[in-house]
Amino acid sequence: MSSHRPIVIQNGTVIDAASNLDGAHDILVEDGRIAAVEKPGALAKHADAERIDAKGQWVIPGCVDLHVHLREPGEEWKETIQTGAEAAVLGGYTTICCMPNTKPANDSAEVTRFIIEKAKAAGAARVLPIGAISMERKGKQLAPYNELAKAGCVAFSDDGDPVVDAGLMRRALEWCLMLGLPLSCHEEDRNLSCGGSMNESPLSLKLGLKGFPGVAEDVMIARDIELARFTKGKVHICHVSTARGIELIRRAKNDGINVTCEVAPHHLVLDEGCCSGYDTNCKMMPPLKGHEDIEGLFAGIEDGTVDAIASDHAPHDLDSKQVEFSRATVGILGLQTSLPLFVELCSGGKVSRRRMVELLSYGPAKSFGLSSGTLRVGSEADITVVDPAARWCFEAGAIRSKSKNSPFVGRELMGRATHVLVGGRRVVSGGALGAESSR
Amino acid sequence: MGQGHAGDSDRKSARHVIVRRYDNNYLQALVKGSREVFTNRSMVNHLLGIEGLSKSEIYRYLDTAQSFVEVSERDIKKVPTLRGKTIIHVFFEPSTRTLSSFGIAGKRLSADTINISSSSSSVKKGETLLDTVRTLESMNPDILVMRHSESGSPHFAARHLSRASVVNAGDGAHEHPTQALLDLLTLRQHFAESGRQLEGLKVGFVGDVRHSRVARSNILAHLTLGNEVRLIGPSTLVPRDFTAAFGGGKVSVVHDLQQGLEGLDVVVCLRMQLERQNEHFVPNLDEYAKEYCVSEGILARCCPSSVVLHPGPMNRGTEISGEVADGPRSLIRRQVNNGVAVRMAVLYLLARSAEPHEEVEQ
Repeated sequence: MSSHRPIVIQNGTVIDAASNLDGAHDILVEDGRIAAVEKPGALAKHADAERIDAKGQWVIPGCVDLHVHLREPGEEWKETIQTGAEAAVLGGYTTICCMPNTKPANDSAEVTRFIIEKAKAAGAARVLPIGAISMERKGKQLAPYNELAKAGCVAFSDDGDPVVDAGLMRRALEWCLMLGLPLSCHEEDRNLSCGGSMNESPLSLKLGLKGFPGVAEDVMIARDIELARFTKGKVHICHVSTARGIELIRRAKNDGINVTCEVAPHHLVLDEGCCSGYDTNCKMMPPLKGHEDIEGLFAGIEDGTVDAIASDHAPHDLDSKQVEFSRATVGILGLQTSLPLFVELCSGGKVSRRRMVELLSYGPAKSFGLSSGTLRVGSEADITVVDPAARWCFEAGAIRSKSKNSPFVGRELMGRATHVLVGGRRVVSGGALGAESSR
Repeated sequence: MGQGHAGDSDRKSARHVIVRRYDNNYLQALVKGSREVFTNRSMVNHLLGIEGLSKSEIYRYLDTAQSFVEVSERDIKKVPTLRGKTIIHVFFEPSTRTLSSFGIAGKRLSADTINISSSSSSVKKGETLLDTVRTLESMNPDILVMRHSESGSPHFAARHLSRASVVNAGDGAHEHPTQALLDLLTLRQHFAESGRQLEGLKVGFVGDVRHSRVARSNILAHLTLGNEVRLIGPSTLVPRDFTAAFGGGKVSVVHDLQQGLEGLDVVVCLRMQLERQNEHFVPNLDEYAKEYCVSEGILARCCPSSVVLHPGPMNRGTEISGEVADGPRSLIRRQVNNGVAVRMAVLYLLARSAEPHEEVEQ
């Protein structure tokens, strides 16, 4: 399907952490790969090339999301691989890793292959499956890691169900170390979180909602860091939401432990105060936090403790959200809002431009050992062109996902993916799905 | 709403109840005020909590309730005020006193009332809260009185209803506004007997504050009135965060009963539930009672002139001794009595505020 005609992306500002670029460059894409990154105008000789004018825009590596829920197989009314992969590219993501909490869970090569087949047919973002750590994600028996890895899994996770059995976690780490693959961990001690539906704080006390204390996350992060230290296995901590969690990871990294972590955009731009109206679109796990924790997350972003931004894209139908707060499903959409929210943080000076690009591309790719996330010559041409000045209202109609559970609906967003290439193929042009040439 | 619900004579006698004490201007202000107060981004008025009520709005409820006390003392305990109005009590959680109190209040105002409880409703068949309240609203009730085990549920219902007013009759561990209002009315009557005001009091809540909606609504009300609030109980049930939760300043947390009771004017005992020992909030109820049961002896020592409230149902010997519950400082039965008048006031103000202005101004 990939077009044989070369593409030149010109007049843009190229930002790439891996190749240390931040300035005016033109990029030549040939045979699905990045063939050249040159000074402006230097690629004029490629007269036959299709041209993308990126004037005033950023040209960055296609974003990589390590934490996405695609709901297929099993809950196709919430999201399909097709709609999820399309929402991804519209949001500037060229690679997404999908969690195994499908029905059935991704604990066999059949499910993994099914996902990969569907993703190919979707023809949008690359979809890399994450296999289960334990059979049916029940924490009782190890999943067949080699089978899953051979079928295409890039990491393992029991997703929303933390691995309670430390002994099983130890063996999983030991086994996956042989494969060189990380275990991606949702950190929660259920005896501490105890069914809490928002952050435990003075506000939860006032609202009369059961609190989920930050320490429920911290104690499990601490456990898995110690297991990683002991086994030398690779742990990736999902959606860290506490300052203390960041501090534990910071120290572990200083100790040379093989640990990486991700932070979700909503934990940075929303706070627990959003729960005061009992809005179920502000209910997620881990729950939104207070300012101290949020500052801790930003500190981790600044000093390099945080490796990746992951959207934790979690589509849920209206029926499962239009209920009592404590009974609502957890999670929100993220694929189409993560990049704009970061452009806004960037413009507000909370994150540097270069760091933002790193957290959305090279950082996550490196965490899972993927070759993507860079604009180095020779790498696959996964490229996102971002208009950082675009201001647009995030309307429900603009949501490509099957579900609409986003607290950002109706909000003005800043920055938008205008052109997206996956393996040199144009999947988004002029901000819309498709390959039409821009003028 | 409000068109042709009541004939002229009805309306006159309806207003009679209140206008006996206040002039027409006051009544207008009263109705107009409550319209503003309870408007939740829609044109419909609700009473979802004490949160957000001003001091004058609280007094407006108390004044109106006081005027209704007399109705319940008549031989014929009925006024035609809300004739033609329909009130549905939707109780998703068991209740004796609140449900009967609302029921009697509605009936004494001549409204048509029906009760729906979760055990007999479609909830048992798996119907969602949203479907239940929308179904009920389709039958054009004027007011839904709602009790629910989950905090925020009446707020959720109110957001999705377009015509009916919602009265929160207790949501989870969040609010129970009519209980707070009846507690205030009871205290106001008591302190008036000795020439004291409802303001400038020291009020203590003893026991399971964490799980108590009664405490939360009362705390908010007493803070609005400028009273000093002390929360007394073990750290598992009365965490220090309560001070910050209610803006610090006038809310303090004390873990020692004797120290907490010192100098209080009002002691509110809270119900201690049996389940709490299984959830590790207390070692066992005996241990709890030894440290925190409010007895006559300790009250006589620490706050001899105090009065005692309890929202009920009581666990005698656990959070309150029988001697206190039945003794001279107990206002518990007066609370229940005032419950009817307060709920009459709430229903009256909500139903009336839903009507067009000119009807009231006639």
